[in-house]
Amino acid sequence: MRRNAPVMLGGVRRLLDVDIDGTTHRVPEGSTILDVLRDQDIDTPTLCYLGNLTPVNACRVCMVEVDGSRVLVPSCSRRVEDGMVVKTDTDRVRHSRKMVLELLASSTDMSLAEDAVHRWMDDYQVDVKRYGPPGPPAGAGERDRRQAGHHHVTDGMTAETVAQPTKVDNELYVRDYARCILCYKCVEACGEDAQNTFAIAVAGRGFDATIATEFDVALPDSACVYCGNCIGVCPTGALMPKSEYDMRQAGTWDESRQDQVTTVCTFCGVGCNLELTTQDNRIVRVDSPIDHSVTHGHLCIKGRFGYSHVQPD
Amino acid sequence: MDLYLKHAEPTAEERAAVDAELGVPTTRWAGGDRDRAEESRVSYGGRDARAQRHLLLPILHAVQKRLGWISDGSLNYVARRLTVPPAEVYGVATFYAMLSTQQRPPTVAHVCDDIACRTNGALELIDAFDTTDGEVRDGAMWVRSPCLGLCEHAPAAMFQLADVDGRPRADFATAPVTAAQVGAVLDGGWVVTEPPGSTPQTQAPRAEGLRLLRRIGVVDPDSLDDYRRHGGYTALRRALQLGPAGVLREVTDSKLMGRGGAAFPTGVKWQAVASAPAHPHYLICNADESEPGTFKDRVLMESDPFALVEAMTIAGLATGCERGYLYIRGEYPLATARLTSAIAQASARGLLGEDVMGSGMRFELELRRGAGAYICGEETALMNSIEGYRGEPRNKPPFPTVAGLFGQPTLINNVETLVNVLDVVLTNGPAYAEVGTEKSTGTKLFCLSGHVERPGVYEVPFGTTLREMLDLAGGVKDGRPLQAVLLGGAAGTFIPEEQFDTPLTFEGTREIGASLGSGVILLFDDTVDLLDVLTRMAAFFRDESCGQCVPCRVGTVRQEEALVRLASGSANGSTAADVDLLGELSLVMKDASICGLGQTAPAALQSALALGLVPGVDSGHPGVDTSRTPESSTDEKQERP
Repeated sequence: MRRNAPVMLGGVRRLLDVDIDGTTHRVPEGSTILDVLRDQDIDTPTLCYLGNLTPVNACRVCMVEVDGSRVLVPSCSRRVEDGMVVKTDTDRVRHSRKMVLELLASSTDMSLAEDAVHRWMDDYQVDVKRYGPPGPPAGAGERDRRQAGHHHVTDGMTAETVAQPTKVDNELYVRDYARCILCYKCVEACGEDAQNTFAIAVAGRGFDATIATEFDVALPDSACVYCGNCIGVCPTGALMPKSEYDMRQAGTWDESRQDQVTTVCTFCGVGCNLELTTQDNRIVRVDSPIDHSVTHGHLCIKGRFGYSHVQPD
Repeated sequence: MDLYLKHAEPTAEERAAVDAELGVPTTRWAGGDRDRAEESRVSYGGRDARAQRHLLLPILHAVQKRLGWISDGSLNYVARRLTVPPAEVYGVATFYAMLSTQQRPPTVAHVCDDIACRTNGALELIDAFDTTDGEVRDGAMWVRSPCLGLCEHAPAAMFQLADVDGRPRADFATAPVTAAQVGAVLDGGWVVTEPPGSTPQTQAPRAEGLRLLRRIGVVDPDSLDDYRRHGGYTALRRALQLGPAGVLREVTDSKLMGRGGAAFPTGVKWQAVASAPAHPHYLICNADESEPGTFKDRVLMESDPFALVEAMTIAGLATGCERGYLYIRGEYPLATARLTSAIAQASARGLLGEDVMGSGMRFELELRRGAGAYICGEETALMNSIEGYRGEPRNKPPFPTVAGLFGQPTLINNVETLVNVLDVVLTNGPAYAEVGTEKSTGTKLFCLSGHVERPGVYEVPFGTTLREMLDLAGGVKDGRPLQAVLLGGAAGTFIPEEQFDTPLTFEGTREIGASLGSGVILLFDDTVDLLDVLTRMAAFFRDESCGQCVPCRVGTVRQEEALVRLASGSANGSTAADVDLLGELSLVMKDASICGLGQTAPAALQSALALGLVPGVDSGHPGVDTSRTPESSTDEKQERP
């Protein structure tokens, strides 16, 4: 269910009694546990969840304890039931959240993750050192060629990671899968939840699973239409406009000198809101607000990348 | 949807491989010739084209068989024929161990080095090869494989043989196998081994009171007539007399519990599907038996295939399913051949199809092969696999009885569970329930392997103790001292000697914090390096994790790394810290993984640590996770892989 969606008057919904950490709340039938937690301002970490996508509950960081369930329950996708008793701050919950964040941080470069992710990593006292120093990065394309069901056993003295070179194969955006936590959001945005292009999918299996085009072909050879909606949903900076990537490489990306400007896209009559990130009076990145009723955060190639005409080099 | 296909055109051979399965394309949309006159009036694609997605895995199998790998041209052609985006076809093809998207020689030997084969010389076998894992020589290579389900004759190998010069070659698996025999097949030759029987109880003197095994060794598995001579299809006749409601009543009264590992009451499941308002209903037989050390279903399917076909027909009748899928693991070529033949014979005789036994009831049965993925034994992953998606488990609820295969109410049962239904129907529910114990009724198949004198499948009434099982199988091989017993497979637990008198029932094992799982009893004598066994199990789970959820995807990697450190004695910090870390990993995998694979991945290791079986770690170490393994509980309808 979409939060912040336009107000449409739907059918009458029954109110259910749900107990959250000892307090009973009346919530509409069909809400997820996470909806209730967010309404109550109970801080709940999420990574693979986004209001404009179907929950895949793959990251397992939003877990809560529900009475009667033998294992923890993903709050992002479990719908509330009448009389449900939910606990969000037990040892089991805290342990699972901490471990999930720790496992991700020990295998993935989280340095560009959203601020909230860093706050949660501090809150849950994530310590990646106990897994050993990070293992050596894989060569270009090496992780994409691994055969399912086979891996080389290491000596255990280093922690295996997903580190690998950034894929730069076009002028619009780059894919740095060393930062990829496999949250499935980009696949959803490219496919059923937004663009219906299906240029990328999850390939491989287990720890060697990757986000890939067919045969790992470069994006210009794939079905990609460069809408960049995958960039818009990526929580860790694995997908990034080339403009931002180049500036970061050159060391000129400076958030203290940046402004956010909201405007309306001028290309067609749909009226998508644009959120321009500018630095030194130049556009360096374009997004759309996730709560905008027209775009739900998604754009097309023109809206996201078609701005060079306002700032010729 | 529009497909954008990279400019790799299929060769004539690649087209032929796909067309052999799907027929010649009739429209330009599906890759045929252009007919401008026709295309000006008619549009193709859309829902009809997309509805064929469930054919994806069978077609990928066909391409792999024909070419030895899945090339980019053939992948594009498959995508076009089925209207599936090429990235998704690639995602599915790279999910399975038996499919390869990189060129591979036509002959591939999968040599098992898993826990049961490891105790019977698999490593020595591998050491004797003159090529390394994955090294190509003269159009052939060998790779290490997880358990091939031939544990009673270990060591085992499975040969995946693609066509050579247009000549089809059938896959086959064999055990016990020698390095010379593997070498012979890699050189283009052939081996014929006739393994001894897999069911010691059916050899003279034949044991009394066998139910599930009663036809094994007696009936000709290739002959429907012989099956009928031995009482075959009397249960279906009786079921048709009883009608759906009657069969449901008998199954419920029998208190039959699912044998796939989760021990869910079969009657409850059947009732739920039978009464589900949405139609059509689907039936699935889960024959993706991949738990290391498990081979009971293989033995049933190879030796008495018609029994499973008959049992599925009864299940379909009782629950209103007109279509059944038999999903068998890809590494079982002999069982696949026997079942394919059995289904064809039963269809030809009107025992399957439009009008089963003249009753007016319709039931069609289709066999689907897995392609090397343990995770597809998890029921919802199996459904995704049949539908042509990656074999990733779904979140539950909704449960399959409500929304399963193709989103419809689905009954999914294990092979052994279904075969039990024949007896339930032939006698009646209460009579069936007289065997076994109050809560665990009937008989149970156990798979004894490892260091055991007479390995094989044994059928005993529920309530038999572990000690009695070991005696039945002749005890430890060569009379050596016993080091450890693993109950329930890689996802099971080690059992200490003082608990050998525990009755092997669902409730009895639950009391001691163990579970029957798939009925594996694996013995390790005093010569076994148990840390090596545990490390192999950890590697197994790392290989077989689907990668969807973080606790399992990364947790299994970290678990393996920590175990390798324990085994090599080079701790990261201290041994105690590594044991603590393993305990913490165990908790998150159990609590937060999506499915049973991740939830049980640390179980055997933690039980070994708790029992003090790991050298250098005391049995009372505080960091060991001794909380109950969250499987086999009946509060959630969850079948474990």
